[in-house]
Amino acid sequence: MVRIEVKLKSGHFDPEGDVTAKSLRDLGFPVNSVRVSKVYTVELDANSREKAMSTARDMCRKLLANPTKDDFFIEVLAGEGGTD
Amino acid sequence: MDLRRAKACIARVGGTNCDLEVKVALEHLGLKTEILHMKQILKRGLSEYHLLVFPGGFSYGDYVRAGAIWGKEVHSKIKSELEAFIEEEKLVMGVCNGFQVMIEAGILPNGELVEVPKAALANNASAKYECRWVYIKVERGETPFTGDLGTGELLKIPVGHGEGRFIPASEESLKELIDEGCVLFRYAMPNGEAAGGRYPYNPNGSVYDIAGICNGKGNVMGMMPHPERAFFGWQLPEGRSAPYGDGKRIFQGIIKYLQKY
Repeated sequence: MVRIEVKLKSGHFDPEGDVTAKSLRDLGFPVNSVRVSKVYTVELDANSREKAMSTARDMCRKLLANPTKDDFFIEVLAGEGGTD
Repeated sequence: MDLRRAKACIARVGGTNCDLEVKVALEHLGLKTEILHMKQILKRGLSEYHLLVFPGGFSYGDYVRAGAIWGKEVHSKIKSELEAFIEEEKLVMGVCNGFQVMIEAGILPNGELVEVPKAALANNASAKYECRWVYIKVERGETPFTGDLGTGELLKIPVGHGEGRFIPASEESLKELIDEGCVLFRYAMPNGEAAGGRYPYNPNGSVYDIAGICNGKGNVMGMMPHPERAFFGWQLPEGRSAPYGDGKRIFQGIIKYLQKY
């Protein structure tokens, strides 16, 4: 199983994050800023951590992230499904 | 070519919802038009068509990113067919979600179906779904889609989107777009001046006020505003005072091009 986080590159304007931050501040929370990201938890067949990592990287390149605006972070979740 | 022999294909998938309006516009101008689901396109191919339209809507629920899933489907399943279509200088048009699809499929900016998108249509800077009439200025007349328009003309056409903020991959790619005449439409003020990023004239915060782009030859075009929603006079906010809206001019350009094709 892999956990893939896709988020806007630093420096890219995040309107959803800004609106969320404002709303949290309105509720009284001492919030300076919010950045919104999307998390995909993917169960996949892979016979090694390296294979799971490279497959997840390929998923980001081909669908989950647009490199013009997105960064992605992959974590292989050992012992939770798959054959790692 | 004799317009009676020309044919348009309007592609659709689940979530597409502007296909019928585009069909009505094209057929009103005498172009035979069919709406085909992607599954039908995979079976029938595109060879019998001269115009392919990716219309607006919320394809596949806009999951992942607006237009991403359909864009990747286009890229993985009909890439070579679409490349041949473009090479033959037939027309490909994307409106709103269709433009997002074309960006994600790598068809635009350059019309070459690259695997990794070279631009993005990000969340509107206003953090809102922008549904409003805007002015767009024609940056390059006499292309297949602006054959009925001159450079500098101003059009009033509505937008309706949440993810329309055009971002080029880099400063260099923006310069390339500008230098090669690939910026086709820019958001403008009612008096024709550039919007300069001012909201709501530029409704989404697009870089360089970009509302629509094309490839170098101009036969591949994507735009966020909806010309099919400004086709007939009765669609305009001012009512029925005019028989047609500015959107018709873009479809008229298509017809002119196909008549010469």
